[in-house]
Amino acid sequence: MKYMLLIYSDETGYDKSTKADIEKVMAAYGAYGQAMRKAGVYVGADRLKPTGAASTVTLKDGKTKVLDGPYAETKEQLGGYYIVDVPDLDQAIVWASRCPAAAHGKIEVRPIWEM
Amino acid sequence: MAEELDELARAVAEAVARRSYGKLVAFLSIRTRDVAASEDALADAFAAALAHWPQTGVPEKPEAWLLTAARRKLADASRRRRTIALSEGRLRLIAEELNAVPEETTVADERLGLMFACAHPAIHEAARAPLILQTILGFDAATIGSAFLVSPAAMGQRLVRAKTRIRETGIPFRLPEASDLPERLEAVLDAIYAAFAEGWTDPAGTETRRRDLGEEAIWLGRLLVSLLPAEPEARGLLALMLYAEARRPARRNQAGDYVPLAEQDATLWDAAMIEEAEALLLEASRADRVGRYQLEAAVQSAHVVRRKSGDADWEAIVGLYDALHDLTRSMVVAINRAVAIAETEGPVAGLAALNLVGEDRRLSLYQPYWAARADLLARTGAKDEAAAAYERAIGLEADPAVRRFLQARRERI
Repeated sequence: MKYMLLIYSDETGYDKSTKADIEKVMAAYGAYGQAMRKAGVYVGADRLKPTGAASTVTLKDGKTKVLDGPYAETKEQLGGYYIVDVPDLDQAIVWASRCPAAAHGKIEVRPIWEM
Repeated sequence: MAEELDELARAVAEAVARRSYGKLVAFLSIRTRDVAASEDALADAFAAALAHWPQTGVPEKPEAWLLTAARRKLADASRRRRTIALSEGRLRLIAEELNAVPEETTVADERLGLMFACAHPAIHEAARAPLILQTILGFDAATIGSAFLVSPAAMGQRLVRAKTRIRETGIPFRLPEASDLPERLEAVLDAIYAAFAEGWTDPAGTETRRRDLGEEAIWLGRLLVSLLPAEPEARGLLALMLYAEARRPARRNQAGDYVPLAEQDATLWDAAMIEEAEALLLEASRADRVGRYQLEAAVQSAHVVRRKSGDADWEAIVGLYDALHDLTRSMVVAINRAVAIAETEGPVAGLAALNLVGEDRRLSLYQPYWAARADLLARTGAKDEAAAAYERAIGLEADPAVRRFLQARRERI
């Protein structure tokens, strides 16, 4: 089954971090992605720009309305995702728990519809 | 004659249902993870058995007959559903399921995997025990609802939601990894114990469904011990339930009044059940891996010593509650520990231990805390405080028999 691991964390944390800290985190993600590839479970991943760069679009009375900002203002924001292909939820949970952000943020594990 | 055959077919179908229901559900759903569809197919298969067996006679291998019939129903259902958009993956799974070993004579036992799926951390805790009762034993939502004091509709909804989650989120039907096993097993044990506790809250056994729940939980406990013979905590749980069940006849007097453990007539306890529990506990201790349920069962063992010595082994009980408290940090354990300390060191020491618990805010609504406090205060001679604590306990108690008992105690101060 394919699962999306959605990474939620406080994006303001990055503003407070030093360059050295950020490098360390990047290295951790690098190793994490490498481990996934080696295990043959990696399908895809992306890092998202902060919610300050987000626009939210809806159609009202046939007119496109654009709001500047994310869909929901929350303490923790969607910052990126991984897609893994594993046999079951337990394996997906194991991979989610290895994500560097699991230590300070939250990882939502969502099965992906098979089309 | 026809009636007799009918009767016989029904009896066999019921016996098979009791022994095989969970096995068939587990086996049918292990590949598709679709518990609800398996249950529906199995219900149809049992109905077909009741219609056919009186005419054709009971088949030699009723379990295999039911499995074949249920598979046919699953196939019919999937054909009907084909008009509804089904993903390729699901269709493939259904096809695999139908082709998998078409004529089995013995059904592999996958119930353990099913139990671990039902008690998976991704399933809401309140749904775990009901789910096990339904999938392993075949209880309907109304019966489970009445045992858990939840409306049939609400319980039905809870069960449907949980089964959908099992199917959609990819919860595995198998024994967890060794590193996860202790925690996951605890969830299974907790679910079975929750079912037992629901039966236990009807001590007079006037509500048949709830009394049956106690027996069914013990049946599940036995099943778990047979499937996981190397796990001492499974034995610990079964022992704990048997000790409790053994005392059921002594928990109420003839007038239906509540009798506290210390005042129960030990000759009314079921000796055979206690012997079985003692043997299970001894066997469990050989693994040298102590856990919550073994400790709780050991407390019960120290209580039933009273049958021989006339008094419970309170020193041992305090030690066991110390160990349990280190393990669980549970408020309930801390209260029981304080009560035990009152037996070994006197009510003043017991009260001191109870005061240490008293910082937890949830206590203000916890009846046993106020009942214990009232008893200890009364024994130290603090009459007014004792009366006030009894008032709190009485106000929080839902069981009329226990309420009468507390009121009588309050009068006696």
